[in-house]
Amino acid sequence: MNAPLEGGRLYGAGQPAVEGHALSARGLAYAYAGAASVFADVAIDIRHREIVCLLGGSGCGKSSLLRVLARLEAPTAGEIRFLGEVLTAPHPRAALVFQQASLLPWLDAAGNVGFGLDFDHQPALSRSERAERVGHALSAVGLAGHAHRYPAQLSGGMAQRVALARALARQPQLLFADEPFSALDAITRAEMQDLLVELVHRWHTAALLVTHDIDEAILVADRILLMGGAPGRIVREWAVDIERPREAQPVAVTALRLDILNALHALRAHSYEHHQTEGKT
Amino acid sequence: MLRLILPLAGLAAALLLWAAGAAWLTQRMPVAADFAPLPSADALWQLVGGGDLWPHVWLSLKRVLVGLALAIAIGVPLGVLTGLSKRFAQGTTPLFQFLRMVSPLSWMPLAVMVLGVGDAPVYFLLAFAAVWPILLNTASGVAQLDPNWLLLARSLSATRRETVFRVVLPGITEHILTGVRLAIGIIWIVLVPAEMLGVSAGLGYFILDTRDRLAYSELMAAILLVGALGYALDYLARTAHARWLHR
Ligand SMILES: Nc1ncnc2c1ncn2[C@@H]1O[C@H](COP(=O)(O)OP(=O)(O)O)[C@@H](O)[C@H]1O
Ligand SMILES: [Mg+2]
Repeated sequence: MNAPLEGGRLYGAGQPAVEGHALSARGLAYAYAGAASVFADVAIDIRHREIVCLLGGSGCGKSSLLRVLARLEAPTAGEIRFLGEVLTAPHPRAALVFQQASLLPWLDAAGNVGFGLDFDHQPALSRSERAERVGHALSAVGLAGHAHRYPAQLSGGMAQRVALARALARQPQLLFADEPFSALDAITRAEMQDLLVELVHRWHTAALLVTHDIDEAILVADRILLMGGAPGRIVREWAVDIERPREAQPVAVTALRLDILNALHALRAHSYEHHQTEGKT
Repeated sequence: MLRLILPLAGLAAALLLWAAGAAWLTQRMPVAADFAPLPSADALWQLVGGGDLWPHVWLSLKRVLVGLALAIAIGVPLGVLTGLSKRFAQGTTPLFQFLRMVSPLSWMPLAVMVLGVGDAPVYFLLAFAAVWPILLNTASGVAQLDPNWLLLARSLSATRRETVFRVVLPGITEHILTGVRLAIGIIWIVLVPAEMLGVSAGLGYFILDTRDRLAYSELMAAILLVGALGYALDYLARTAHARWLHR
């Protein structure tokens, strides 16, 4: 719980990826063409049915890391294993949710939820299986009665629910979500955070939630990874074993919050003399 | 309520101005009495009820459809290419802007020389006039595609064909329809003068014919009909646009 900041790498690049996890990555690095590395030597494990929050300031490389972990981009170094197999393309059992719902406006809610189900590289489904999956996912997010509404007729919160249902319909083993609630108002956001936790538990999926919101991370995560530095690394990790609902545990929540704020403070101070990170471990 | 009254008030005002103008003109030359609203309305009634006008209307509408189809068939692929390839866009933008600014009717003599008299040069002129709004709107549609849609397609390991047919084309349909709507307006405007040259049927021809027959109330009736049909076409295009967006 209190790994010193200098111990930046929680897992060395040399340690093997873990087979039994939903996702396990070692020694990951990524650079956009012609630019310096966004992150380097990142190791991440996500266990089955676990909610991991990737926390960090904006621009620290969270979205880039998520896209690489989902294999939307190829890492410049390192290896990703998904369900034990080395990942070389986006996996059919991994699903994505973005900050914007990004629904397809020409499809109704049911059409959007089923959108990912009938592509050549997705497992083939019968008509009835498909309809069942779509209906099931829509009711899971509380929109069973809105299947035939179009995106232009949905509120921001409802649209993001449809986006969540679109991901769930693919029965993911791992849900990648990039600041999925940060465009929503505070009340809707709190609802969606609860919904996400409930869905992850009920649908037996794991989730990697990228966020820059400390409170969101504390309320939602089983584990919090703090990302920072240039190039970005995972600099700290907290296992969050606060009982849910966490809103009812103000003392524990406040303590963790302070701990995270301290870590962020140390990270800022640290970045002034960043070159000594490599030396001490 | 006001949404119904104001347009009607505008039309009524125009009607009054028309009547006043015709009356003033009639004082100077009596033959202009035929231009007035009442004789024109009467002529329109006769024409719509009779069989002489409709072949011209159908022929004009057919030309609109063929011209529009050609413009879509050429404009959409070129627009997609322009939107996807920076190089293609850089290579073609000055040329397209140049061609766009040449009134399509200027090509008429050349079109008749190359394509002969008849429908072919009219199709060419209509398509040439209509291709630009479709091309430019398609290109801007491609440029404005939500990058997350493409990311989503990639996360589904979509093939190239799936990406084009399930994301890109439906994603730019709104823009294509906007282009088509503008194109219909342009085609309808270009159609009448294009039909005044080298063809022997169609609304443009009909207007010239009424002039030659000194049937001035029929001339006014034809103008009213051209306006009404154009309004109807635009309404159809607007409705298609709104239905696609489910607004
Ligand atoms: N498509 C891109 N091309 C080049 N650089 C990018 C691109 N996307 C992000 N970056 C850069 O990578 C860094 C990390 O960005 P990002 O992963 O979006 O961070 P975060 O999600 O933590 O805000 C930033 O410096 C950003 O400017
Ligand atoms: Mg981001």
